[in-house]
Amino acid sequence: MVSFVTNLKLPRLDYISSNQAVSKINQKMNQNEFIQLVNPFKDKVFRLAKRLLVSAEEAEDATQEVLIKLWNKNENLNSYSSIEAFAMTMTKNFCLDVLKSKRASNLSIVHNNFVANEASLLQKIEDKDSLNWVEKIINKLPEQQKLIIQMRDIEQYEFDEIAKIMDMNETAIRVALSRARKTIREFMIKTNNYGIE
Amino acid sequence: MELNNIEKLLEHYFDGNLNSADEKQLRDYFASPNVAQHLKQYQPLFGYFEEAKQQQFTRKVALPTKKQNKVKWLSIAATVVVLIGASLYLYTNNVKVQDEGFGTYDNPEIAFQETQKALQLLSTNVNVGIESVKYVNEYQQSKNLIFK
Repeated sequence: MVSFVTNLKLPRLDYISSNQAVSKINQKMNQNEFIQLVNPFKDKVFRLAKRLLVSAEEAEDATQEVLIKLWNKNENLNSYSSIEAFAMTMTKNFCLDVLKSKRASNLSIVHNNFVANEASLLQKIEDKDSLNWVEKIINKLPEQQKLIIQMRDIEQYEFDEIAKIMDMNETAIRVALSRARKTIREFMIKTNNYGIE
Repeated sequence: MELNNIEKLLEHYFDGNLNSADEKQLRDYFASPNVAQHLKQYQPLFGYFEEAKQQQFTRKVALPTKKQNKVKWLSIAATVVVLIGASLYLYTNNVKVQDEGFGTYDNPEIAFQETQKALQLLSTNVNVGIESVKYVNEYQQSKNLIFK
């Protein structure tokens, strides 16, 4: 009985706005302050958007959209305990909406539509080959798993942060992550054997 | 680093059961040059994660300024002011022209002289006009000479 009580989850204190944040509520930020605020995570937003949208250009558009949405929330922004997590959630939702509307509007998301025009395509093709197919495998995963792989393996977020962004519990996150990693492993082994045979 | 340990970590990694510190240990191992032969196949995976983390958002974001509203209202106000100013100016000018248009004379004699002067001016101008009509007559005559 006692152990049951101690196992009860307490609300996490770090998610509740600190005093400092409260005192800043309703205080308008100027542009420079805002840039300072988003600088640490704007690349993460971009990479998450790129993971879902594939094309760098579309990801840039999405990032811009998310940052402008954040900026428009200006006054209320400090009431969020973790602006970064909030931004990531916004990015996730925004990109999923973009993908949904793409599917709805008959535009098929064939890979060719989204070829990122980066210099790496031709010159570095040799040494980047193996890394490229890792990317290809990840891009084949379901969106939810893509997001989790991106946040855990690339951005190295903690599980509780990912749970918050994805609005899922930690166990579900771990299950999805394991499924994604195992799928990648399966493909890798297949590709490897294919190379040998 | 112990190979056994790494294999165990890898196992847990694929089960999604590693904490951040252990995952870092794995990443460090695969980033090192001496990866065991049978584990080499996983190297691209961690290599890719490392590489993917380097991408940056380079575009400069143009944030819409909140001042825009003020500017809009200011410009509307300025337009109204200019319009009112212009119409007032034109209005007062017109009134002036009307005032100056009709001169009056108190003395009938001077008024008569002035009227005569004005009529004279008119008639000389009319005469100038008539003179040029004479040329037309001339043309008419010569035309008549030719085409009988």
